[in-house]
Amino acid sequence: MAEPRTLSEKIWEAHVVSSPLQEEARRRALTEAGQTEAESMLGQRPELLYIDLHLVHEVTSAQAFEGLRLAGREVRRPDLTLATVDHNVPTLDRDKPWPDPLSVQQAAVMSGNAAEFAVPFFGISDQRQGIVHVIGPEQGLTQPGMTIVCGDSHTSTHGAFGALAIGIGTSEVEHVLVTQTLRQVRPQTMAIEVEGRLPEGISAKDVILSIIRTIGVGGGTGHVVEYRGEAIRALSMEGRMTVCNMSIEAGARAGLVAPDDTTFAYVEGRPFAPKGRQWEQALDYWRTLPTDADARFDKVVTLQAASIEPSVTWGTTPAQSVAVTGRVPDPDGFDDPTARELGKRSLTYMDLKPDTAIEDIALDRVFIGSCTNSRIEDLRAAAAVARGYRVAASVQAMVVPGSGLVKAQAEAEGLDRVFLEAGFEWRDAGCSMCLGMNPDFLLPGERCASTSNRNFEGRQGAGGRTHLVSPEMAAAAAVAGHFVDIRSWRRN
Amino acid sequence: MDPVHAVKGRAIPLNRRDVDTDQIIPAKYLKRIERTGYGPFAFESWRKDPDFVLNNPAYAGAPVLLAKQNFGSGSSREHAVWALDGLGVRVVIAPSFADIFKSNSFQGGLLTVELPDEDIDYLIARAEELPESELEVDLESQTVRTVDRSWERRFEIDPFKKYRLLRGLDDIAMTLEYKDDIDKFEATRPAFLPAKRSS
Repeated sequence: MAEPRTLSEKIWEAHVVSSPLQEEARRRALTEAGQTEAESMLGQRPELLYIDLHLVHEVTSAQAFEGLRLAGREVRRPDLTLATVDHNVPTLDRDKPWPDPLSVQQAAVMSGNAAEFAVPFFGISDQRQGIVHVIGPEQGLTQPGMTIVCGDSHTSTHGAFGALAIGIGTSEVEHVLVTQTLRQVRPQTMAIEVEGRLPEGISAKDVILSIIRTIGVGGGTGHVVEYRGEAIRALSMEGRMTVCNMSIEAGARAGLVAPDDTTFAYVEGRPFAPKGRQWEQALDYWRTLPTDADARFDKVVTLQAASIEPSVTWGTTPAQSVAVTGRVPDPDGFDDPTARELGKRSLTYMDLKPDTAIEDIALDRVFIGSCTNSRIEDLRAAAAVARGYRVAASVQAMVVPGSGLVKAQAEAEGLDRVFLEAGFEWRDAGCSMCLGMNPDFLLPGERCASTSNRNFEGRQGAGGRTHLVSPEMAAAAAVAGHFVDIRSWRRN
Repeated sequence: MDPVHAVKGRAIPLNRRDVDTDQIIPAKYLKRIERTGYGPFAFESWRKDPDFVLNNPAYAGAPVLLAKQNFGSGSSREHAVWALDGLGVRVVIAPSFADIFKSNSFQGGLLTVELPDEDIDYLIARAEELPESELEVDLESQTVRTVDRSWERRFEIDPFKKYRLLRGLDDIAMTLEYKDDIDKFEATRPAFLPAKRSS
């Protein structure tokens, strides 16, 4: 009988173009230096993996396309590549000239490169434009069993479909453009089991923040994480995407969830989903993908869903979070001296004192958006909280849909009216204030409740202070002007 | 890529853990479309603190950077490697690195050396006390040592990585040697996989 395998191992093995052994044999034959040199190359040799989908955006691709031009190389499979603009795009006044000439140039270089290399491109005036990690799933391009890369660390999002999705740097973007393959050393495997059912009011964001708090920002380094257990199985595709999205915040190479009927129902009927007989063939294959019963993981971590609470980060790494009913910790009580030092620096940067109740932290800004939480279900969840309320006078709040299509869907459901009547700004699609490359950023000292993924110093703007939360918690904080426990929120 | 052999020089004691790529190079500087010129913006916000280590002229232009665990966490921006290169950093020594940063460093010829916490603590304390003291990092022999050779440690590196760095080999050129394998693999891909018509 075949060796039992995990989901990620099955995907990996189905995409190996050349294994280290084949490659080594070839090298031996090729090398002129002979035996010694060939042997010196044995070791953790990378394998060559075929890439099924390459998503491209304007920030990490310009230098890669320039490399192609300089070497006289082509894009091997433009039809397996999709480009868009998301990081720089303004979310207001799109019909007017963009304020930053460097952003204009970067976007123009993206569209120029797409045209020159025949890469399909969702430009700024295309309704399908949006955050790469929102539009891949939305178009049905993200499917179970695929290998997906993008020059963006949050590529892990696509793992929600049971795809192996890896964030890469610009040199690797160039490599994939030219060869449609990626050199990768086989990662280790980690299972994160979330057992039992999530209590009422607990979102996927709270699940992943709790996981990161448990294993640390380097806890997943070198590993592909498979999220498992009853609580994960019960999540919608949007929820699974939120969890997988922040795998990188735990240091993981990728994160994934086994495909099931929830996955298939989401993919079916989308523009690039298989149709007819091919749909049946795809389903047959996808059903073989889940981890075999006896497969072993290199590491297993277990969390109890019942213990997960609405989470708020207090510091400057995504692992520094606490329950909304809790208090800012005192780093002096931390055992690890490096954690103590980091905690103190974080509190100074965040301008917070130990023992402050989280619910007493007042906010200046609220950002609902980003590849973590900008999908239709996230917007529905936030709107359900905001409905019939007004944003606090001291708070500026904005909602940035993940794509033009999410925006249209939300408007068709009347969610834009809910937000606008409550005093939220309703914007166009893009990465926006997750990282502030466009005109949306925090001013020094501003404090923000954000549904994004990183609370690093200056991430949302130099001197800005970020607290990561779920869409529901962000909407409630906008109304109250400070954090509140969503479990006691009265919905209108 | 230029071959990487040995680095000799002063070391910057960046005594911090979880140094993220947003600190190494803030997002607003990622709009440039070149690979060079990022050095002046490296660690921009930390440099606003006059006591920050990089503001100490004793460490200016030093080619070795010493940091604590999980260096380079966060975004996939290769600009972080280009920014360190712009500062003159040729090797980063830390107990651990984030995966994508490590991979990007390898691509850009920036050597990442992993040593145990206690060795890093020693090197940081030494660089703080004796800013003019120099380290030698030699890839061929896989060693880090003080120039007076009073202290020496061996580091591990994957043999293939080492081979490639020592020769400055280009990954794309190497992979293109497997064009036949890629062609063969491609022919076996299931028809249900998504593909777009080119625009």
